[in-house]
Amino acid sequence: MSELLIKNAVVCDPINNINCVKMDISIKDGKIVESVSSGAKVIDAGGKLTMAGGVDGHTHCAGKINVGRFMSPHDMRMTNVPGLSGKEAPTATTRAQVGYNTPNAFAIGYRYAKLGYTTIGEAAIPIIGARHTHEEFEAIPILDKFGLTLFGSNWQVMEYIRDDEPEKLAAYVAWGLKASRGYGIKIVNPGGGEAWGWGKNVSGLDDPVPNFDVTPAQIITALAETNEKLNLPHSIHLHCNNLGKPGNYETTIASMKLLENLKTSRDRQAMHVTHVQFNAYAGTSWRDFESGAPQVANYVNSADHLTFDLGQVIFGPAMTMTADGPVEYANSRMLHAKWSNMDVELEDASGVVPITYSPKMFVNAVQWAIGLELALLVDDPWKVMFTTDSPNGGSFVNYPEAYTYLMSAKRRTEVIEGLPEMALGRMNLPGIDRELDLYELAIMTRAMQSKIYSMDTKGHLGVGADADIAIYDLKPDSIDTTVEYAAVKKAFSSTAYTIKGGEVVVKDGEIAMTPEGRTYWVNAKVPQANTDAMQVDLAQKFKRYYTVNQANYMVEDAYLPHPVEITTEAL
Amino acid sequence: MAVITDAICSLCGSLCDDITVTVEDNVITDVERACILGRNKFVGMFLHDRIESPMIRKNGELVDVSYEEAIDEAAKILVNSKRTLSYGWCSTSCEAISKAIQLAEETGSLIDSTANVCHGPSALAVQEKGGPSATLGVVKNRADVMIFWGCNPAHAHPRHMRRYSSFSKGFFTQKGRKDRKMIVIDVRKTDTAKIADQYVEIDQGSDYLLVTALRSAINGHEDVIPDTVAGVSKEDILKLANTLKEAKFTCVFYGMGVTQSRSKYKNGDGVSSLISDLNQHSKAVMIGMRGHYNVTGYGQVSTWETGYPMAVDFTRGAPYYNPGETGANDVLTRGDVDAAIISAADAGAHFPQDSLKYLAKIPVIQIDPYANPTTELSDVVFPAAVVGVEAEGTAYRMDGISLRMKKLIDTKFKTDEEIVVDLINKVRELKRGA
Ligand code: SF4
Ligand SMILES: [Zn+2]
Repeated sequence: MSELLIKNAVVCDPINNINCVKMDISIKDGKIVESVSSGAKVIDAGGKLTMAGGVDGHTHCAGKINVGRFMSPHDMRMTNVPGLSGKEAPTATTRAQVGYNTPNAFAIGYRYAKLGYTTIGEAAIPIIGARHTHEEFEAIPILDKFGLTLFGSNWQVMEYIRDDEPEKLAAYVAWGLKASRGYGIKIVNPGGGEAWGWGKNVSGLDDPVPNFDVTPAQIITALAETNEKLNLPHSIHLHCNNLGKPGNYETTIASMKLLENLKTSRDRQAMHVTHVQFNAYAGTSWRDFESGAPQVANYVNSADHLTFDLGQVIFGPAMTMTADGPVEYANSRMLHAKWSNMDVELEDASGVVPITYSPKMFVNAVQWAIGLELALLVDDPWKVMFTTDSPNGGSFVNYPEAYTYLMSAKRRTEVIEGLPEMALGRMNLPGIDRELDLYELAIMTRAMQSKIYSMDTKGHLGVGADADIAIYDLKPDSIDTTVEYAAVKKAFSSTAYTIKGGEVVVKDGEIAMTPEGRTYWVNAKVPQANTDAMQVDLAQKFKRYYTVNQANYMVEDAYLPHPVEITTEAL
Repeated sequence: MAVITDAICSLCGSLCDDITVTVEDNVITDVERACILGRNKFVGMFLHDRIESPMIRKNGELVDVSYEEAIDEAAKILVNSKRTLSYGWCSTSCEAISKAIQLAEETGSLIDSTANVCHGPSALAVQEKGGPSATLGVVKNRADVMIFWGCNPAHAHPRHMRRYSSFSKGFFTQKGRKDRKMIVIDVRKTDTAKIADQYVEIDQGSDYLLVTALRSAINGHEDVIPDTVAGVSKEDILKLANTLKEAKFTCVFYGMGVTQSRSKYKNGDGVSSLISDLNQHSKAVMIGMRGHYNVTGYGQVSTWETGYPMAVDFTRGAPYYNPGETGANDVLTRGDVDAAIISAADAGAHFPQDSLKYLAKIPVIQIDPYANPTTELSDVVFPAAVVGVEAEGTAYRMDGISLRMKKLIDTKFKTDEEIVVDLINKVRELKRGA
């Protein structure tokens, strides 16, 4: 029975409509409770800003990131963000740390915790590679984890869509989630991964996937319907076609429109569209390239069926990594950069390429502005998840810096002054004066995640929630966040306290203890007859095409030492 | 009698996962589908040359001691050492590797894998140019052209060609071998070369020249190619380049003939660049033919735990990586370590003479199921369970797919992982006492 009482916390908890109100928080056995006994340990928050632990719903933290590490020993020495990057010797509580964009697994846990994050979601798990993802999850200390499973170029999926077998499709997706211990359906450049098997790509929503006779639009729609049939906690999580191409905002809006009328099984969005910065480009080439954020934001403002995340760019070195294989190859040729690729049998593709976003480069400057424009032009913060698609747009350790861009027009103006003239004409940011407050920031960094992932014990501080709490060294009643952005950045860069499951894991910016986190996964139940019928087809796939036997394919229990199984019933 | 299906062969980097093993009275009596190498590992070999007891060298002789005494002695060596070399860890599980890295971190040691003497240069090539690759099943289902460069799977990976490459049948390659063109590039006509459609014999150590010429041809600069390159005529080079350009899907499998020949990592760098260029015309990938069954796993675990795939030095606390300086043989030839712990690899049989001479001078701890030339150099010896036969755990296939190895029979021996954990605890205890 461990009890903890946090006194004098100025709580910012949008799920419970609490906007910076001074109150106490009672914790018992890792959960937030009504009250605790007088024997409880007391922490005096002294009027400091207190939020639920942050939830990063789209980050690359396990699996493909190891390819990025492998190919970039130079990244291990980078110290771009002091205290949150580079090499650190082991201590009595912590393992050795290295890296910036691609830190080692231990550093990922410590550094997210220092930022006040307590839950992270890996954005892409190939089913056949899922065991590896979970091995790395296990190595990441402190944080709770979940991962999204790739289905968008999967042979079995495409065949069931082509053959109009929705029941078998649902049974297969349920099985794939179980095999990978995944939390939801990720779709990356639908159909593009298969086309990349021949060095090609799909050009848009209606361009049929070679040899499979389905279109990206059909893949998105069918998987979205499956998602609702399975009653999954998250919606489909879509990385649109044509990522990174001028003019792609049209594909993005068209993809969003596909699901306007989808009936959802739960009170949440019908789709989440990810790292939209990379998919909100106007123009027809890199010459007339300009921001397409206003068009996308306008559509999002008019729609009520979707959420999205930013994929904000941070100036400096980054590491791109995505299941979008053709995009990474194109990146490497354009940037003359080293290129790693991993095509995954029957399932998908992927690639990794280093990049540097320079404020002097017109294209990079516009990209930087697009992410911010999306956040600021979309009226409802509950539709917006803050991400850098770490480390694609930049490492997560830059989140505090990025918050200041969202919260302070003054800070934005400073950056904009250093951008090339040509870029300014291609963006809308200089004309935007909206400044997010702490409440809106809390929505974009933890509260909306609670809703979009249906994680009702995460992202808020109400009774029954997990006692995952961040106390920042910042007093909301005595700071003007629009002006004092240096103080804002400093406070969000290292918490006064991070509490995970009721235990103090960070104190005064230092790691205090390193408990093991849990892994969330979804066990979607479907009628056994559908599974049996599906297994007949799947057995053929294993017999003829996979190089791993089905018996060795599914992630074993041994790889989830602390599982949290979410069970759903098909509708 | 128990029949265990879908067992994984933990011998070579092919990591075949379709083996059926029959166990009677805790002895493996039958093995189905494994090749001769794998079969030998499953049946018989684990009975012979086993180290039976923990041993300590006393007055020049290895004598049996209790496990506790050996742990004591080994921990003392580690604690008294200024800088230990931890080496091997490629024929063991990822779980054991993870613990070995933790031990190295806590003792300020330098830890390196067998990649130091095989595919290390491939890692350097990836760091230079990237690694455009694919899982083996992609090759099985798609590749119509495959090149075996400086490798001889017929001997080193006997089931590779049937399961994954030349003879396998897949979705777009229903006719198997008939649907594929098989090319071997090597310095001598190996048994793999004998069954190829085309054998390209090159001069010893000239791989880089040939890669460069091929790239020139593929990129439309055939005018710069001399009449013969690497012992191959320009005409043949142009033909080969054309085959690659017109292929639907090419996979280059490369082996130690490429990574350990002259120009070392530059060869892999060249092949990676070649693959990138080829993708302008068709689809192409490359896969390293890794030997030890889990040398790939070592690279993976080391990378996510330390940031680097091999040759990691914890002497200064935080990991430091500088192959050429921090590789196992670099420090041994320089005499820059004062103790060694060697596990699941045979340095005694594979290291150059200078390194061995130095190893003979310093205290060496060995953890291994088998007595081998390293044992002769060792001062403390721990017998271990055979991972993949007597202990379960994770291993990575040559293409980076990880699989769970099964425990097939019981053993009295501790696993590598258990031994390393005991060492970590004893080292902590000694440090606290100091
Ligand atoms: S090819 Fe390699 S993994 Fe397969 S059975 Fe033979 S030795 Fe074992
Ligand atoms: Zn992403």
